[in-house]
Amino acid sequence: MKNLCFALGIASFFFVSNSYGSEAGMPQLNPEFWTSQIFWLILVFSILYLIIWKVFLPKITYSIENRKSRVVNDLDEAQKLKESAEKKLKEYNQIIENSKKEAKKIIDDGIKKLDRDIENKKQKFNTEIEKELANVEKEIKELKKSSISNINKIAAETSSEIIQQIIGTDVNKSNVTAIVDDILKKNLGKYI
Amino acid sequence: MATNPMHQFEVYKIGPEINLGGINLSFTNSSLFMVISSALILLLLFFGTKRKSLVPSKIQLVTEMSYTFIAKMINDTAGSNAKTFFPFIFTLFMFVLFSNMVGMLPYSFTVTSHIIVTFVLAAMVFIGVTILGFVKHGIKYLELFVPKGVPMALLPLIIIIEIISYLSRPVSLSVRLFANMMAGHTMLKVFGGFVISLGLLGGWLPLGFSVALTGLEILVAFLQAYVFAILTCIYLNDALNLHH
Repeated sequence: MKNLCFALGIASFFFVSNSYGSEAGMPQLNPEFWTSQIFWLILVFSILYLIIWKVFLPKITYSIENRKSRVVNDLDEAQKLKESAEKKLKEYNQIIENSKKEAKKIIDDGIKKLDRDIENKKQKFNTEIEKELANVEKEIKELKKSSISNINKIAAETSSEIIQQIIGTDVNKSNVTAIVDDILKKNLGKYI
Repeated sequence: MATNPMHQFEVYKIGPEINLGGINLSFTNSSLFMVISSALILLLLFFGTKRKSLVPSKIQLVTEMSYTFIAKMINDTAGSNAKTFFPFIFTLFMFVLFSNMVGMLPYSFTVTSHIIVTFVLAAMVFIGVTILGFVKHGIKYLELFVPKGVPMALLPLIIIIEIISYLSRPVSLSVRLFANMMAGHTMLKVFGGFVISLGLLGGWLPLGFSVALTGLEILVAFLQAYVFAILTCIYLNDALNLHH
């Protein structure tokens, strides 16, 4: 392709230069300004080279390296942050789990304590109730006993008075008492 | 009317004639456009490195992309120990590229369309690479001309061919660039001349050709700078690593 272009260019050059018949040949082959071109090329190129080498390339290198290291650093930091975040998350989960366990334990303990308290209270009440019952029974028994003896006395007195009313004379009190006791003994099962 | 398409390659002096010991060193339009190209490169680099921001601006991106482009090219073709020559190859590439591109502007002068300019550039590369080869490998650098695994009978012939191909390196390197630039610009000029001479009626076809050629020439301008730089890298690789 390039060769074709080149050939075309040369051909057209010959065509045109023939048809117009102006300056012959290529100006490139005219050595008049060769030394000048060589001199200026070397001068300009050297200056350009020195400036690029000493001034600009270090700047570009610095800029690119800076960006590269910055990116690497940022990535590192991001990785670190991610890791620490994951660690924190784990810790957080651990704390939640622990607190859940603790809460459960506290609730369980509370329930157990309450149960125990209730049980204790129940037992206490039961024993107290039993004690009271026993007391009451004892009292009732005593009352019964005392009431029986009172009844004896009252019965003896009433019967002696009734006898006195009926027969009009004093009755030997001890006799009456003995009789009442006797009757009472006989019928004790019937009343109590 | 159409002028001579070779007229654009004419070199003429600007300002006074400078003569040093009978050698003509006058400042010419060629010199002027070398200075313009270099100034443009330096301007680009100046604004590209002015603020070294983390997120690059457009112009900073351009400089850094050209930097990484050349760095990658050197690394791929000449290996990592060619890094010392990075400034030279970068300058060479930028100079050729900008000379070619500036030459694309109408009424400008294409520095690289002169064989003497491209030959000096190629000769710098050639001489530099040869000196480097001998400094690095001593006399063993001549092994470059003796490929391995060639039958003894063929060896003299091969060595002669190798030496000729080595010596023709600067010629091919310079002629490639010069011929491409000259051919392209001549064709542009010829078609431009046709536009004028064929007038309003028939001038549209060569005008279209001119537009298409301009696009092609911009591609060629870049491509030739790239080829120049990459061939320099390949020669450098020969001198540095010496395996065929």
